[in-house]
Amino acid sequence: MRALKIKELYFRYVTSSRWALRDVSLEVDEGEFVLITGPSGCGKTTLCRCINGLIPHFYEGEYKGEVVLFEKIKVHEHEPYELADKVGMVFQDPESQLFMTTVEREIAFGLENLGLDREEMKSRVEWVLELLGIEHLRDKAPYELSGGEQQKVAIAAVIAMKPKILVLDEPTANLDPMSALDVINILCKLREEMRITIVIVEHRLDMLTPLVDRIVVIDKGTIIISGSPREVFAREALRLKEIGVEVPKVCLAYKELFDLAKSEVPLTPDEFVKVMLHAKERYNRSKRSLV
Amino acid sequence: MPRRDIIEVRDLWYRYPEAKEWALKGINLTIKEGELVAIMGENGAGKTTLVKHFNGILKPHKGYVKVCGLDTKEHTVAELARYVGLVFQNPDHQIFASTVLEETMFALKNFGWDLERAEKRAKEILKEMGLLDYIDTSPFSLSGGEKKRLTIASVLVYDPEILVLDEPTVGQDYGQKRRLAKIIERINSLGKTIIVVTHDVEFVAEYIDHVIVMSGGRIIAEGEVTRILCDENIMKRARLLSPQLGIVVKNLEDYIDFKGNFLRLPIFVENLKRWLENDENAKRI
Repeated sequence: MRALKIKELYFRYVTSSRWALRDVSLEVDEGEFVLITGPSGCGKTTLCRCINGLIPHFYEGEYKGEVVLFEKIKVHEHEPYELADKVGMVFQDPESQLFMTTVEREIAFGLENLGLDREEMKSRVEWVLELLGIEHLRDKAPYELSGGEQQKVAIAAVIAMKPKILVLDEPTANLDPMSALDVINILCKLREEMRITIVIVEHRLDMLTPLVDRIVVIDKGTIIISGSPREVFAREALRLKEIGVEVPKVCLAYKELFDLAKSEVPLTPDEFVKVMLHAKERYNRSKRSLV
Repeated sequence: MPRRDIIEVRDLWYRYPEAKEWALKGINLTIKEGELVAIMGENGAGKTTLVKHFNGILKPHKGYVKVCGLDTKEHTVAELARYVGLVFQNPDHQIFASTVLEETMFALKNFGWDLERAEKRAKEILKEMGLLDYIDTSPFSLSGGEKKRLTIASVLVYDPEILVLDEPTVGQDYGQKRRLAKIIERINSLGKTIIVVTHDVEFVAEYIDHVIVMSGGRIIAEGEVTRILCDENIMKRARLLSPQLGIVVKNLEDYIDFKGNFLRLPIFVENLKRWLENDENAKRI
């Protein structure tokens, strides 16, 4: 089933004279893990807002084309609250999302709005606190937490609503590397356990590249590249670097060393090491055969 | 060339009011004039608490901090700010003026510059930062990258000896980071001391040679970037991750004796090319 289908979407904010999105078409299958990237200001955040309905319901502007969830729900025909159990959204800046006095209440807030009964609410709060490893934060106020902790709470509050699609707009931007890795591992777990569809916007690709099914690159409001990480880096590594996308260093090093991509582009340091040892062996063998 | 110690920290202990734990536990640190240094560590390691001592926002409970020879306990933030420019992580916590030009001129006006001179100087800096087209714009309507450059401009404008950048790469794309690195390199080449507080290992690997690592309110390591970022023990204790090229080097160290700053891509590639094509540089297994 198509979890998400974006068809020839255009959007222009009422305050702006240029299109923030131009002719964007994208299909995402249920359970797919898609990474959206591109330079700052390219339209990534706008695209996220189109998926959860903040556009066109909250942000005004000119809207053309359509966004369809699960092959029947047209986002522009439903208010964001009606979509809350379909699309969960985690923002770049957790401070803008958190407002309650304790973490527990923060998580329960969305559940109250879904109209769940008390027992179900309690069990979901417990489940999500454990899943994200933040039980120890339950009685703390979100504003006294570190940025990394806040982001985990923001994700917990959204996940508790069990959305079918999770949209994250640079969720690890403010986190230190280990916390970022924690969050990414949590996403992998959610995907395995809940078959949740994930659309994540990120600048840094090295951690996510080995995990995602597809990379979609947006530049100046339109999709310019889409494909599996290996395809994308084999074909477009240098172009990506030029437009301001941080390509994993092992991919760049590979491109520098091997002109023709005969073997697959390595996505991780471990894969790179294997490629190098293999190349050396080949080289030695060819030298021996010459002697 | 002998250089003077521009920042001197001796047995610095600091505890936030009402906190039980010490945020800084006996920090000893010397930074020389003209150095470019990264202070790394996870969130909560004490990085920001430490740099807030450099311009006297925080004062030591024990030990001392000297900046350009001045003991920070004996000088006000206003005095120390002339020597140390601090650029905060979140531009929204720093910007407040109604136009980009006003924002940039603010410090100069406080230092008693006349308006004409202040405006001229501010425009010079804004030009360098690629912000001259925005002088009449509200700072709040700028993009994230532009805001970041504005906060740097509003500090550089008064030409402090020391520039401290707290997490400058957070939320910046690769192009913006590259631009930031160029700004840092240029200011550093003028002899200014620059301290970059960050947990962005890839950024440090690409642009900075000297690294200080903090964890739990202490400095746990200091030295050459190649040694520090490839040391699994240090990285683990600091809850950081080695950069990708560092991990590769570690895994190939039985085969290749990497030379130079191999965390820089061209040098890394050169090392591997040499190894692939002849055996001179290879270690015996």
